[in-house]
Amino acid sequence: MGSEGGQGRQETAAPAIELRGISKAFGPVQANRDISLAVARGTIHGIIGENGAGKSTLMSILYGFYRADSGEIFINGRRAEIHDSQDAIAAGIGMVFQHFKLVENFTVLENIILGAENGPLLRDSLADARRSLLTLAEEYELGVDPDARIEDLSVGHRQRVEILKALYRQADILILDEPTGVLTPSEADHLFRILRGLKEQGKTIILITHKLREIMDVTDTVSVMRRGEMLATVRTAETSPEDLAERMVGRKVLLQVDKRPASPGETVLKVENLKVVDEDGVARLKGVSFDLRAGEILGIAGVAGNGQSELLEVLGGYRPATGRITLNGHDLPLDGRLANGRARRAAGIAHVPEDRQSEGLVMEFAAWENIAFGYHHDPAYQKNALFMDNAAIQADTEGKMQRFDVRPPDPRLQAKSFSGGNQQKIVLAREIERNPDLLLVGQPTRGVDIGAIEFIHQRLIELRDAGKAILLVSVELEEIMSLADRIAVMFDGRIMGERLPADTDERDLGLLMAGVSNGANDGGEAA
Amino acid sequence: MEKMPRWADVALIPLINLALAFFFAGLVVLAIGENPFDMVRFMVKGALGSSNGIGYTLYYATNFIFTGLAFSVAMHARLFNIGGEGQAALGGLGTAVVLLAVPWPHWTVALPFAVLGAALFGAAWAAIPAWLQARRGSHIVITTIMFNFIGAALMIYLLNGILKKPGQQAAETRHFGDAVHLPTFHEMLAPLGIEFSKSAPANVSFILAILAAVCVWLLIWRTRIGYEIRAFGNSESATAYAGISAVRVTIIAMLISGGLAGMMAINVVMGESERLILNFTEGAGFMGIAVSLMGRNHPVGIVLAGLLFGMLNQGGFELLWEMPGISREMVFVIQALIIIFTGALVNMTRDPIERLFIRRNKGA
Amino acid sequence: MTLMQKFLGAAATLAISATAALAEPAIIFDLGGKFDKSFNQAAFEGATRWAEETGGSFREIELQSEAQREQALRRFAEAGNNPIVMAGFAFASALDEVARDFPDTKFVIIDMVVDQPNVRSVVFNEHEGSYIVGVAAAKASKTGTVGFIGGMDIPLIRKFACGYVQGVKATNPDATVIQNMTGTTPAAWNDPVKGAELTKAQIAKGADVIYAAAGGTGVGVLQAAADAGVYSIGVDSNQNYLHPGSVLTSMLKRVDVAVYNAFKDGPDLETGFNVMGLANGGLDYALDEHNAGIFTDDIKAAVEDAKAKIISGEIQVHDYMSDNSCPVE
Repeated sequence: MGSEGGQGRQETAAPAIELRGISKAFGPVQANRDISLAVARGTIHGIIGENGAGKSTLMSILYGFYRADSGEIFINGRRAEIHDSQDAIAAGIGMVFQHFKLVENFTVLENIILGAENGPLLRDSLADARRSLLTLAEEYELGVDPDARIEDLSVGHRQRVEILKALYRQADILILDEPTGVLTPSEADHLFRILRGLKEQGKTIILITHKLREIMDVTDTVSVMRRGEMLATVRTAETSPEDLAERMVGRKVLLQVDKRPASPGETVLKVENLKVVDEDGVARLKGVSFDLRAGEILGIAGVAGNGQSELLEVLGGYRPATGRITLNGHDLPLDGRLANGRARRAAGIAHVPEDRQSEGLVMEFAAWENIAFGYHHDPAYQKNALFMDNAAIQADTEGKMQRFDVRPPDPRLQAKSFSGGNQQKIVLAREIERNPDLLLVGQPTRGVDIGAIEFIHQRLIELRDAGKAILLVSVELEEIMSLADRIAVMFDGRIMGERLPADTDERDLGLLMAGVSNGANDGGEAA
Repeated sequence: MEKMPRWADVALIPLINLALAFFFAGLVVLAIGENPFDMVRFMVKGALGSSNGIGYTLYYATNFIFTGLAFSVAMHARLFNIGGEGQAALGGLGTAVVLLAVPWPHWTVALPFAVLGAALFGAAWAAIPAWLQARRGSHIVITTIMFNFIGAALMIYLLNGILKKPGQQAAETRHFGDAVHLPTFHEMLAPLGIEFSKSAPANVSFILAILAAVCVWLLIWRTRIGYEIRAFGNSESATAYAGISAVRVTIIAMLISGGLAGMMAINVVMGESERLILNFTEGAGFMGIAVSLMGRNHPVGIVLAGLLFGMLNQGGFELLWEMPGISREMVFVIQALIIIFTGALVNMTRDPIERLFIRRNKGA
Repeated sequence: MTLMQKFLGAAATLAISATAALAEPAIIFDLGGKFDKSFNQAAFEGATRWAEETGGSFREIELQSEAQREQALRRFAEAGNNPIVMAGFAFASALDEVARDFPDTKFVIIDMVVDQPNVRSVVFNEHEGSYIVGVAAAKASKTGTVGFIGGMDIPLIRKFACGYVQGVKATNPDATVIQNMTGTTPAAWNDPVKGAELTKAQIAKGADVIYAAAGGTGVGVLQAAADAGVYSIGVDSNQNYLHPGSVLTSMLKRVDVAVYNAFKDGPDLETGFNVMGLANGGLDYALDEHNAGIFTDDIKAAVEDAKAKIISGEIQVHDYMSDNSCPVE
């Protein structure tokens, strides 16, 4: 750490963090361009922007993962040279990542001292840590059992451990990267209470998120980033979600989905007492039953990891299950050779998987190869018995890319070269244009920028209005609330209850998501 | 993200690696008091300077192309088939069984069956590890390595037992007979009026190897199974979603891989020694790994890398011949250095060169 | 095609300019390498001795692969080297072809017969040498039980065993000979641990003289015998020095002499069948300071007697490889 010209400038007016002219390029891509930002001590500062806007790069520079090509960082008014995360920690910066960096089979205490042991003997460090842990827990509502193993903790608790880790290292500045993505609404509320408490103790907090509601709820000031540039920093009280969304995207955005009421037809999908036990013998689905009719969207809400993924996989044909599934009155095989993705497609089920990068697309494949993915047996794609007709697939791809506004519309580009939103459009184009009776959709807008979200939602509504059945799984409550005609909430492999969007609110759904059954007719039929 | 131009990726980097390899090999040669420039000169001249040298280069290259293709097909499915050596050995057994069992009238009749025998035996040897991987999750690296040993033991047993020509010392079968002698380059080119070394072992198998490369290209980039192999190799999780059977792809990719490795035997067993000799593979199965890596798992790259490694083998012999001060072990060291730089360390130079290109592009 | 022709034509010109005629002798070592402590090394020593004594020079090459056998032969022949010596039976088929193409070059192959007018095939009557050490073994044994440990089970080693048994039985018809082969793979040539195990087993059955015809495996045999205080017999080169007072003698197979003779005879060497036996010093038993104390005059007299009778033809030792069978067990 250098400290040139910093003597005597330790006055309260100096911002906790000040960035001046930070630029960073990866090859020809300018991830950050001349970014300046000042965050006052004892405030919560939000950074908002679409995927690829450069938020994560900026924070990685602050935490020493990348080195800026140019620009300076000042911590509490002193110029700081941050070469690695050790420097960042020494400067009082703590970071809580989206994907936790915890050792699963260590205890909370062991994780907290990991890398911060004072001396070769663990006993002293552990005793020290236990003392400060208790103090911290009391101060900030950060109660965690110090001796619990990480693998036994809930996601919300794990996140608290990450925060404790940072505080134990004397962090004054805490950076949280998309902290609520994995939390239930009540867990998120708890997190925000913690953050406010920390703020009152004089800590400075930087919150990176793409959720406008959180920004409005908890931050004091907010900065908007777009395409590597810092567009504006405003006081939260002086802005609105619509304003922020417009700044992020660069044009007016429809935050509410415009849709007519559903007019459901025949029952397309009937799921009865579906049970799944995974490879480790853990029950993932414990008797799920529901109906889905033509021309309606059934939204499955719930915190990630409560069986939604397994439900999609079973319906998609690549996870064995017991129970009964009928599609248009015909039984679908749930096990054995006939239960596979190809057979399900043939039966009229299309599937936009939750994870487009590891399931929906082959990232190394060109767009046209991905358009054939799963449909590569389609006779229209074959030249003869031996060879595929690559030219035909490319021509087909060009049309699909055009109709779904995929940019750039180049069928030969690798999937990984597209942005998240355009990747998702490729998957949607492939699946929706098959004109399926049933469309399975998992997390359709995860990691997708706001502009594309609007487009994707419209397409889903169009498909519904065309009389198709849609099963929508999403962890974004807002999305479920605005798209679904009916909402089912999953918790621990069961459906906790069903609601109509008009009859419910976030609080009600949040309770169901946390496993609190509060309605008379909830989940009864499955038993 | 913008990258360096394609020509740099496929041509410049291998050349830089080759230059680096010769530089370090040259240091070694210098250290033992010989002239490094002579080394390069003798190696290149030895490999390409005469039709005899070319004939040997092509002969070795044929082996490496087959085993390189074998490795690459499995690699496209992200299966690390280390078992080329054993599969090639079994391919030799298949060739020998076919050629010894029937009194073939002419090589043209015998060749298709010998190819079939070689490929079937090679594929069979890959089938068991493939099945274990697909159904039981036993790691293919471990099982194929183990099958190399089992294959070697089996060959020793057979060549010291029922396959051995009675009353002789060497562990080898009897000669297959002159009828199944494969035309050498000398015999193929003589009618065209081209003089080619009579003794060089390069034979019609080289053409077979080139054909195999074309077929592999078609298989990987033009057929459904090739599409499935590549999809599986790039994203195993996605193939389940798409309804592509991991078991089927694993087994088919390994069978093709093993079959190609086995076909190497056509060149050595049928083409050169005209009888099955113990340990005829001489590491070509392993060399295929380096060939395939250097060739970026692409048939064109593999043919080029196979030729380079063939040159290396033949050049090594000429080095022994021309520079008596360099021992056989020294030649191994030089060859190994070149293999390391051109095969294993491909990525070492790619990153800095890529950065160089990006900086230049930005400056422009 | 014309381009190809031009290219090859240019290549041929290059090749010619590199060739220069020399009449140096040459030697080709087999895949085992010239420092294999056995066959190839003995050949190398013979060549070196010739070079030291005559001040001449010779060319040599160590093979890396099977395909190089013919290549090396042709390269030496093309370069005008004469004679060209190769050690090992694996050269037979390559030599058969090359010898035809170079009728003016003389070739010498050791341990194998190649029937060409310009080839000298050097073979050793190992059965004779084994016979006389069998005599020594029977004389030295107190228990009446002796052992034989072979390397890889091939006809050549059976030839050793058969000659040995004949020598033992001729001296003591009641003697028992325990025979073991180390294995059926080339690894059997270099498995001293297994050699020692087999030796211990034979000692346990009463053997007190053990003959090892097993390459590197023999080192283990000799060691185990020395540890147990019984006698052993070495093979190929003189191994008496390894365990003085325990190695009774060594059956010497003079590969070095064969190479030395070939080089000395030069381009005019006599071709055809060249049998190395007791008579021409190609085989012998070793007597030096290391075994002087145990190789008694009694033993020596019996051995010399047998040797003389074999040379004179009075004793006919059966060659296992002549009919793949042995008259005695």
